[in-house]
Amino acid sequence: MKKLRENPLLLSAVIAIVALVASFWLLNNPRSTLPFLLTLGALLAALLQPIPKWLKVLIGGAILLLVIPAAGFKNSFLFELGIQTGIYAAMALGLNVVVGLAGLLDLGYAAFFAVGAYTWAIFGSPQANEFMPWKIFPLPGEYFYLFMLIAVVVAAITGVVIGSPALRLKGDYLAIVTLGLGEVVRVLANNLDQPINFTNGPQGITPIQRPPIDWFIALLEKFGLQLSRAEAYPLFFYLLVLVIIGIVTLVNIRLDRSRFGRAWIAIREDETAARAMGIPLFPTKLLAFATGASFSGAMGALFAAKQLYVSPESFTLIQSIMILVMVILGGMGSIPGAILGAATVTILNVDLLKSASDYLNDLRNAGFTLDLGFFKYNFANLPNQLEPAKYERMVFGLIMILMMIYRPEGIIPERRHVLEMKEES
Amino acid sequence: MLEILIQLLPSVLLEGLILGFVYAMIALGYTMVYGVLELINFAHSEIFMAGAVAGAETFILLKGVIANPFLLLALALLIGGTVAAVVAILVERLAYRPLRKRGTTNRLVPLITAIGVSFFLQDLVRLIEGLWHNAFYRRYPSFAVFEATYNLPNWIGVITIALTVWVGFWVLAYFGDWLLRRFKNRAPAKGRTLSLVAAGLTLVFLFLYRHVVFADLGMTIQMKSILVIVVSLAMLYGLNWLVHKTKLGIAIRAVAQDAQTASLMGIDPDVIVSRTFLIGGFLGGVAGVLFGLLYTLVHPYVGFIPGIKAFTAAVLGGIGNITGAAVGGLVLGMLEMLGGTYLTFLTNGAMGTEYKDILAFMILIFILLFRPQGIIGQQLGEKV
Repeated sequence: MKKLRENPLLLSAVIAIVALVASFWLLNNPRSTLPFLLTLGALLAALLQPIPKWLKVLIGGAILLLVIPAAGFKNSFLFELGIQTGIYAAMALGLNVVVGLAGLLDLGYAAFFAVGAYTWAIFGSPQANEFMPWKIFPLPGEYFYLFMLIAVVVAAITGVVIGSPALRLKGDYLAIVTLGLGEVVRVLANNLDQPINFTNGPQGITPIQRPPIDWFIALLEKFGLQLSRAEAYPLFFYLLVLVIIGIVTLVNIRLDRSRFGRAWIAIREDETAARAMGIPLFPTKLLAFATGASFSGAMGALFAAKQLYVSPESFTLIQSIMILVMVILGGMGSIPGAILGAATVTILNVDLLKSASDYLNDLRNAGFTLDLGFFKYNFANLPNQLEPAKYERMVFGLIMILMMIYRPEGIIPERRHVLEMKEES
Repeated sequence: MLEILIQLLPSVLLEGLILGFVYAMIALGYTMVYGVLELINFAHSEIFMAGAVAGAETFILLKGVIANPFLLLALALLIGGTVAAVVAILVERLAYRPLRKRGTTNRLVPLITAIGVSFFLQDLVRLIEGLWHNAFYRRYPSFAVFEATYNLPNWIGVITIALTVWVGFWVLAYFGDWLLRRFKNRAPAKGRTLSLVAAGLTLVFLFLYRHVVFADLGMTIQMKSILVIVVSLAMLYGLNWLVHKTKLGIAIRAVAQDAQTASLMGIDPDVIVSRTFLIGGFLGGVAGVLFGLLYTLVHPYVGFIPGIKAFTAAVLGGIGNITGAAVGGLVLGMLEMLGGTYLTFLTNGAMGTEYKDILAFMILIFILLFRPQGIIGQQLGEKV
């Protein structure tokens, strides 16, 4: 292992071969989980290990742009997984600004996601006719891109509105108050169907317009790909999410190295000292809050368009906690960490837990008997409450506890953190 | 309109008071742990839930064995409290102590752990209940004795209205005085003057609405509500005695004030922290059983809303302050009931009862912004 690390040529070769093997395996078995995980592992290794940059780009581009879409045509669930991972990765990056950089624990982050989602859902569906004087809704799908920007602005404003009382408070209180305000947004979404019907209450809003993709289908035809609308949408959203992730990551890196990024980190490390250095505490915190919120808002609009349906159910506390778990798992303040955390938790939540549930169900239905000689168990007796997919809270809770006890800096610690630890030792 | 509101007032306040006792007991758990560790124990709402579920199991299991519902309730309270206390101690030992031993400087670490513990416990209880009964909703059995309703004499209602109206006028008078002070630079009025003005206005009010106030208000109370009040008062009294009159109580207060100095005096802070979790957990568990008795249905996610409201109550009374938590719980319970009932009533049902949860959060934010030390807390400087 050590030898491998010291020899970049050997390392590159090994990673390239693993990536190649995994890709072919995935293309031949698009429905099984193992080759998919191996492919992602290869992608991760390529991005994180010290190998030449051109090889990183080559492997990353090949897997993300060729292998996964190709496998996705055979198993559209991969697209779903990719889109969800992307949406959550962008949100984790946003929360990373608030929790990781500025050190403000925000437990109501899903509220901004909800604001973004409802921004497009209300105007991209007949819902707005309920309270607007002009009966021109739903707006055509082209407006989606405009509304993504509007969602960014609206979410940022919501961030300022929620943040201005909450951010005057210290650490622990901030967590509880953001949790409370996050719930307030959900309760409002649930109850604002009367006296004036803004959100259609618990029934949610459907159908929501999607951006038109005729140009995209025409473009693909030039490359010799004949796709129906239903086939092209997942690919389109997948690529759109990739583009957005790219933009968001870039913005994040720039922010991290900017004046504001340094100010946020100073506040995180020591508020009193930061203030003494002339950093205006409240505006700087508010800026972090609004920045994080705006990422979430943009993703909310995308989520609404992808899902065709929004309801208050999608924006509960568990959503906020899930995004927090992503940030914690990857490493607070670390950009690759947030993306890795988002990918891990999404795959765990959407794929692995469900697969485990299905597996147990199969065993139960087949009446499989485990016989170890001294121990005999018939799986037909397995209580049907034992479904791993329904125990996401337990999994998230366990991840949080174990990470905090054993590795609070996360899987990929922030670079500053690593440097600091080197200095100390 | 106003007349109906006046007539409703005593019953609503009574209901709020009963709910408030439950909040008060949960709030004590938050406030005591905060006192010794300066940690918001997010998992406390799940400790409360564990007590509620354990109480339900006791009731259901022993219903056929023990005929006397009062004995059954006593057992359920004991078992619910004990289970919750054990959970609390385990949480402290397994999750919080390793963090303290490592001596982390990051403020977020213990808080995130606490949230993790809270979520983990919810699904752990769900798993246990699911494997045991193949369902995770449990219902408290009902007993005719507990459901029996008693009429309350009318004078209680009259006094309640008079006191509430007096408090209302007092607040108005205080506000008026504040305005005069602020804009006319008048010297502040004496507290006694305000009280007298409020009392005078109250008398006028009672006279004007005498046909409503002195008519039959029809206040009733259920046996189980009486039990909740009696048990809560006994627990609060017991806690007061424990904290102020025993060696353990002195040790807890010493650790809360300064753990390092306390350990120089021969007190082991770890033991005291553990005991604090035990006491807080037991109170939370008892509150859980009482909550189940009042609202019948319990499940692994039942702790969240009462937990966050009890936290609000603890902050309302000044976090870390034991008397404050009890008072805060009662005040919050009554405010919530008032808000919930009158909001629905005044908006003709357009703003449903779900808005009363928002009310609690609003109170929390206002208190934190304008009087972070709580109603009876004292102002503390910032530690650097």
